[in-house]
Amino acid sequence: MSTNMAENQQINPIIGASVPRIEGPEKATGRAVYTDDITRPGMLHAALLGSHYPHARILSIDTSRAKALPGVKAVLTGADLPLNYIGMFIKDQLPLARDKVCYSGEPVAAVAAVDLATARQALRLIEMEYEELEPVTDVEEALEPDAPVIHEKRDEYPTMYELPEEPNAICFTEFMEGDPNTAWDKCDAIVEDEYLVPAQYHMYMEPSSTVAEVDGSGKVTLWSSTQGVARSQMYTALALGLPMSKVRVIAPRIGGGFGGKCEFTNQPITALLAQATGRPVKLTFSREDDMTMMKRRHGGKIYMKTGAKKDGTLVARDCRIILDGGAYADESPEVSPVAAFFSQGPYRIPNMRVEAWSVYTNLSRASAFRGFGNPQATFASESQLDDLADQLGMDPLELRLNNALEQDDKFFCGKTIEKATMRACLEKVRDASGWAAKRSGGRPAAPGKKRGIGMAGMSHISGLAGAGANVLLNEDGSVTLNCGAVDIGQGSDTIFTQIVAGALALDMDQVNFAAPDTDSSPYQFQTSASRNTYTIGRAVKKASDDVRDQIYRHAGEILECDTNDLELRQGGVVGVKGVPDAALPFIAIAGRALWQEGGPIMGTHNWLYTPQDRMDPKRMLLRGFALMPDGIGIFTFGAQVAEVEVDEVTGQVEVLEYWAAHDVGKAINKTSVEGQIEGGIVQMLGYALTEEMLWDNGRMINPTMMDYKIPGMADAPYKIHSLLIEEAEESAPFGAKGVGEICAVGPAPAIANAIKNAVGARVAQIPATPERVLTAMQSADDAD
Amino acid sequence: MTDKQAVTLSINGDPYEVLAAPRQTLLQVLREQLSLTGTKCACNNGVCGSCTVLADGLPMRACLMLAVAATDREITTIEGLEADGELHPVQQAIIDHQGLQCGFCTPGMVIAAKALLDSNPNPTLNEIREELSGNLCRCTGYVKIADAVLSLAGAERGQN
Repeated sequence: MSTNMAENQQINPIIGASVPRIEGPEKATGRAVYTDDITRPGMLHAALLGSHYPHARILSIDTSRAKALPGVKAVLTGADLPLNYIGMFIKDQLPLARDKVCYSGEPVAAVAAVDLATARQALRLIEMEYEELEPVTDVEEALEPDAPVIHEKRDEYPTMYELPEEPNAICFTEFMEGDPNTAWDKCDAIVEDEYLVPAQYHMYMEPSSTVAEVDGSGKVTLWSSTQGVARSQMYTALALGLPMSKVRVIAPRIGGGFGGKCEFTNQPITALLAQATGRPVKLTFSREDDMTMMKRRHGGKIYMKTGAKKDGTLVARDCRIILDGGAYADESPEVSPVAAFFSQGPYRIPNMRVEAWSVYTNLSRASAFRGFGNPQATFASESQLDDLADQLGMDPLELRLNNALEQDDKFFCGKTIEKATMRACLEKVRDASGWAAKRSGGRPAAPGKKRGIGMAGMSHISGLAGAGANVLLNEDGSVTLNCGAVDIGQGSDTIFTQIVAGALALDMDQVNFAAPDTDSSPYQFQTSASRNTYTIGRAVKKASDDVRDQIYRHAGEILECDTNDLELRQGGVVGVKGVPDAALPFIAIAGRALWQEGGPIMGTHNWLYTPQDRMDPKRMLLRGFALMPDGIGIFTFGAQVAEVEVDEVTGQVEVLEYWAAHDVGKAINKTSVEGQIEGGIVQMLGYALTEEMLWDNGRMINPTMMDYKIPGMADAPYKIHSLLIEEAEESAPFGAKGVGEICAVGPAPAIANAIKNAVGARVAQIPATPERVLTAMQSADDAD
Repeated sequence: MTDKQAVTLSINGDPYEVLAAPRQTLLQVLREQLSLTGTKCACNNGVCGSCTVLADGLPMRACLMLAVAATDREITTIEGLEADGELHPVQQAIIDHQGLQCGFCTPGMVIAAKALLDSNPNPTLNEIREELSGNLCRCTGYVKIADAVLSLAGAERGQN
């Protein structure tokens, strides 16, 4: 009997159980240690000076008064640092600006002092002289031939891809399938619009923070609020000019990330300060510093045109996406290609052309953020589908059902769909929400308000990059899992513990989850791309299976039986099938391995997510993409419905109830999956209705929680119905796929479509503030 | 810093004497001088509620309260909620309902929920949503936090 068959017949009940978080008690009691909670002997405190101007040459920096302030131990400027550019696909950034600044808030100097008040006082004593340059703050202006050039040295930076000619362009991507030029003649209905999406701030509750110290050998150790210890290690080593063997990164508890703590935040500069002073240094950002100095979601403009036949069959789409990458590229060279890739949505559109740009502007740098370009593209495409349905006189859900990708279809660019569940998602959300009745004006609204219901379909991925896991059988028969994965709050520590417990029939408290530490953990890319459960979980599962197989070999020798006759029994016992008395506790196996025969038992698995097929160059035009989306992951699908109430006088929108159907493969922990979906929806309810970073001529004007409004408990619907579709994915651990990002892809268009259903007006710019809703209502009235 | 003064605080029933500058907040003293790091700083301007503590039983933002102004109050922080090794019911409910993810807002949320239940042992869902709307959470979407508090509503009167 093969192992797979055995697993299919009998999955341990811990898989699928809504067990509480393993770190719940430490978080609920305040004992959880986050980076800012760490104190080291002799530790200094650091603060950064941010540029006053969005675009300027640095003429001079005088730090003499700051250095003379008692208690100040180091003042660094760009000129003090090695000229080591860092970045993911294009190395365009230094830890401190040198020569010129490219955004308001860009760090230009760093101080370490005996306490934070002294460090901040020293910042005020630094005298800067700038020559102001004209800032570029609009994505289309950035591409104008006479636009000020933000990176004069762009073409000298090391890059992993081909740069476009336009000097302010970070990257250009074009995908084409079918014949979009002539297909428009076959369309009975065509809609065309321009959509505007905002820069959204991650607003992880824990501001970015790092503690760095250097030991006597010059090795640097960091404790940092990061989404990946290996990424922080790599960038810090690069910035310092050290081999990675001289940098160690440890992740304590992380207070949220959402993409903002991918790649690097303030690790390199903190390490440089620790090197400069020879003492431990802590750098924790104030909220304002985090909002002005750190990262955000790409805002931008999307032009889209879609055509269909009378019966609702989609025929053609043309799309142009221009994303605001901000002052430095970070992950932009992949964000806009991913936006392009998902601009088709989970539907058959035989003729399609999309181009996507990321451009430099003099605004803060854009980065990964939950959904990675997909929410922007999907806001446009799902808004447009509703307008197309209206023009055709069709129900928008029927339109989507008519065109939903099926198992034999290829995804955009010729990619194979592992499991086509789009139709199931649409049907499930339709039935659960009572779509038909509500759509036809089912329930009365409160006085002065109008009620509406809207939906969005979505696809995303789960996967990406290299993952390793080690499972060590301890001497007493318990196990220690070390996979280097950072739980940024989404619950992966618990999920992995369940996977080990499920694979080895152990109780949860017999599994120790080791903290991520580059000195001991196997390689782990980072917590991103909805990859933890699927990609890391698979390594964890296979490492656990490796331990099981080693246990079986020992047990077979001791019990003198074929290993195929063995089984695991709950709590750490191996026994002979059908013979209750023939059993050995893991402690006996561990003892034999350690002291008599074979050596320590450690299961290991390392793998790289590799797509089963590449984008098909024969069937389409492909230009200008780096790694992804070709190898980005397996597909996931979802459909969401929002019910809203719009105040006709104020334009205020309230989301009353929400339904979300998602294909998760298998929910390892159902409550945790619901938590991801609920959290993703409410975060993007903010994107849809209130959240927008605002700059006045390049200076951010709302860098506080007071002026940048995220949803509070009273703003969020209590009734969020998570509808899980569980069709096991063969390549996944116990069939489970990631859901962390896809749930965040649909809310903005679902809510915008519900607003249209309520008041008959299309809001093509988010956030749909009361003013924008009223303006759209006025325009709709004028059109009538 | 200059002109620090001796301040006597009563925190979780224990007396502490610290030297604090007049402009130093209770949050700074708790975290930096007393190593009571369970109380979190996420905005430092009184918006997010992560630093919520109880002052004489009432929820207060420790980032908005000067340490010198806390002298005559009995301060309760997240570290003071457990009694005889038992978690406070709010802590247990938050764990059981997975009303936490990254956990950074959790201490403030737990304190705010305790204050709500102390003053209104049987809150409705809408009362919970209103009363806790000053405690921001970026991870959970609030549903499971509300569930956790709802599970305790009326518990003392046996109306659960």
